[in-house]
Amino acid sequence: MNLSGYQVGDFFDEMYENDGRPRPAVCPLVRKIESLSPGELANRQLEADRALVQAGITFNVYGESAGVEKTLPFDLVPRIVTASEWDRIEKGLKQRIRALNLFIDDLYHDRKIIKDKAVPPDIINSSKGFRSQCVGINPPRGIWCHITGTDLVRHKDGQIYVLEDNLRCPSGVSYVLENRRLMKSLFPEVFDASKIRPVSNYPIRLRDMLEYLAPETGAPPRVVVLTPGVYNSAYFEHSFLAQQMGVELVQNSDLVVFDGYVWMRTTNGFERVDVIYRRIDDDFLDPETFRKDSMLGVPGLMSVYKAGNVALANAPGTGVADDKVVYAYVPRIIKYYLGEEILLPNVPTHICAEPEGLAYALEHLPELVIKAANESGGYGMLIGPHSTREQCEEFAHKIKADPRNYIAQPTLALSRVPTVVDGLLEGRHVDLRPYILYGQDIFVLPGGLTRVALKKGSLVVNSSQGGGTKDTWVLASDPATADQSRGGHA
Amino acid sequence: MLSRVADSIYWMSRYVERAENVARFVDVNLNLIMDSPTTDQQWQPLVNTTGDHADFARRYGPVATQQNVLQFLTFDRENPNSIISCVRAARENARSVREIISSEMWLQLNTFYLMVNSAASSGKGFEHPASFFSEVKLASHLFTGVTDATMTHGEGWHFCRLARKLERADKTSRILDVKYFILLRSVSEVGTLYDDVQWVAVLRSASAFEMYRKRHGRMSPMAIVEFLLLDGEFPRAVRFCLNSARDSLHAISGTSGGANGKHPDKQLSRICAELAHANVHDIISTGLHEYLDRLQTNLNSASTGIYERFFATRVPESSQAARQKTQ
Repeated sequence: MNLSGYQVGDFFDEMYENDGRPRPAVCPLVRKIESLSPGELANRQLEADRALVQAGITFNVYGESAGVEKTLPFDLVPRIVTASEWDRIEKGLKQRIRALNLFIDDLYHDRKIIKDKAVPPDIINSSKGFRSQCVGINPPRGIWCHITGTDLVRHKDGQIYVLEDNLRCPSGVSYVLENRRLMKSLFPEVFDASKIRPVSNYPIRLRDMLEYLAPETGAPPRVVVLTPGVYNSAYFEHSFLAQQMGVELVQNSDLVVFDGYVWMRTTNGFERVDVIYRRIDDDFLDPETFRKDSMLGVPGLMSVYKAGNVALANAPGTGVADDKVVYAYVPRIIKYYLGEEILLPNVPTHICAEPEGLAYALEHLPELVIKAANESGGYGMLIGPHSTREQCEEFAHKIKADPRNYIAQPTLALSRVPTVVDGLLEGRHVDLRPYILYGQDIFVLPGGLTRVALKKGSLVVNSSQGGGTKDTWVLASDPATADQSRGGHA
Repeated sequence: MLSRVADSIYWMSRYVERAENVARFVDVNLNLIMDSPTTDQQWQPLVNTTGDHADFARRYGPVATQQNVLQFLTFDRENPNSIISCVRAARENARSVREIISSEMWLQLNTFYLMVNSAASSGKGFEHPASFFSEVKLASHLFTGVTDATMTHGEGWHFCRLARKLERADKTSRILDVKYFILLRSVSEVGTLYDDVQWVAVLRSASAFEMYRKRHGRMSPMAIVEFLLLDGEFPRAVRFCLNSARDSLHAISGTSGGANGKHPDKQLSRICAELAHANVHDIISTGLHEYLDRLQTNLNSASTGIYERFFATRVPESSQAARQKTQ
């Protein structure tokens, strides 16, 4: 297959230099693709699609009738990350998570960071993720955010930025594992040539981390995964992780609280549960503590948790650090708790709560992306360059009325990766979500989920809006000539 | 094992077996009609076999035709016992226990589901019913085979087998019950071959024709009843099914220790013991229908016992939570 027609375009391309030469790290893959006969790539893509349907690797679509399942489109061409670049990302993520964990713990206890005026007190009042019910709680081992999925993007300047933190119930890791399994069966030769860091040990690390949280009972800890049920959009992942960890997947009806412990109903009576990896939002966890109308929760769960008789991962209340205004303060948060400069930069962010930030945002509205603090999934957002004058003015009013609720960022040109389109390769924009486990130590899964916007020109990688995924390869070591390739964007 | 998980495995297995049995009934009836020179098409008894005649009459009217019965039993999503509904329910149950069953089982059941769905949407099920029904039967056999070959023969597997065997025993006894008048009439006309085509059909509904011939040779209504009800070696005979259901139930109770509530093992053992000592002449002279009716009642009560013993675990009376609830 001839790749000479591939257009790099005016973007950072993860596979090609600006002059069209493949980056050294991707050479084995490019050689492999070039050796395929015409049509072969399309055939392997079809094979991959079929394998996903057959295996029932699906997500549920909300808003359609119950039981509607779709496969997440999977693109064959992987995104390749060099060893040295990954090492920088990994260090940056570990630093960030360590600081955010200290921040959350501080917010629910002494709030020193606010007393020391490193962040404004509003930060708590304006956050939808703050849970007053969690004030004073000491989670097992002092860890709040056990599992994090941090979204990263690369801009035209070649720099990797943190786009947002997902500290509540980040999903998608099952696709990382399944994508890799699929790629190994479709392109075994390239794996030999490229030496790629494995991801398959994630479920083992996850279980180790969860067991580390268990209260001392003298017996082997019992870990379960708590799912809202089979109609949840991420049900496949809940089931997959439970299976791969070798633990029970439970629904709320399986659990009951009595005598100060959490129990599960088995065919042999009741068995005690020590650690719950819950994939249910804080609000629905326990109708006695949070939302009273929750049908998904376990009444009394929080009282057992507070007494230290069960561990919850992630800890309730971590959503406070997911807030987009808090995001803007992360460089200061890292500085405050660790005394370090941020290693993996934030997207330059203007905080509208601060006068300079507000002035800048209003002045440059048509060039900026404006985000509301507590919205996600692309809601409550203005993309200046793609908006009309009226929309900009409307947002200007909203910002002036409630500046605390908004941040402003430059519009990023996400990097691209060649993607199979009608049997040929075209550049499509991607982001990257690595997964971080915080237990005895901090573990970052090498790679993570590369999401790709399959529509031409689109920057939206969400699965609900035409996004797909790619396998992400982190090289075990860089090829000898790697220095040249890094020169351009170090 | 979680009670909910055991429950789902149980129903997954029952629904696969039920889909297979429905395919078997319909397929045999289609064949039977081709062998019947009369215009009298026997479709109503088929609806009766499934026990859903009231729902059928309400939605399709009083006259059972090949077209509407085929639709009702095969692709009617509103009929919870149609093939498509059974396979869907089996898959939904499997989906909720995917981490417990083997991935091969899931793969086979998902393939089964996709096959039935595509037959429904393409119209193939009506155009080539024979090949569709044999695909359904084959898919069910594959599922059972994959289950036996890939799932640890522990508690979950025993719930699978328990459910499959109970379902099969239930269906075989229903076939006998619906056709009993044909057989009984023959008994009263001893020595005359009333309608051997019908008997062959009854046997074929249980895939029993060839095995019956090997065992009993000539066609005799008495021997057919004996074979389908009391045989200890034929895998679709009621007694054979219930014996292995009983064995699985023992294995489950053995691994799950102390008993609370009713004892479904004892109920099932009692039914098996009765079948072991039953005599086909006595059964027919006192009334096959009455006998089968009692058998069904006992089976239902054993099923209820299984539900209460394993699936509906309740908070112990001594606990604080239980005390709070009763206050």
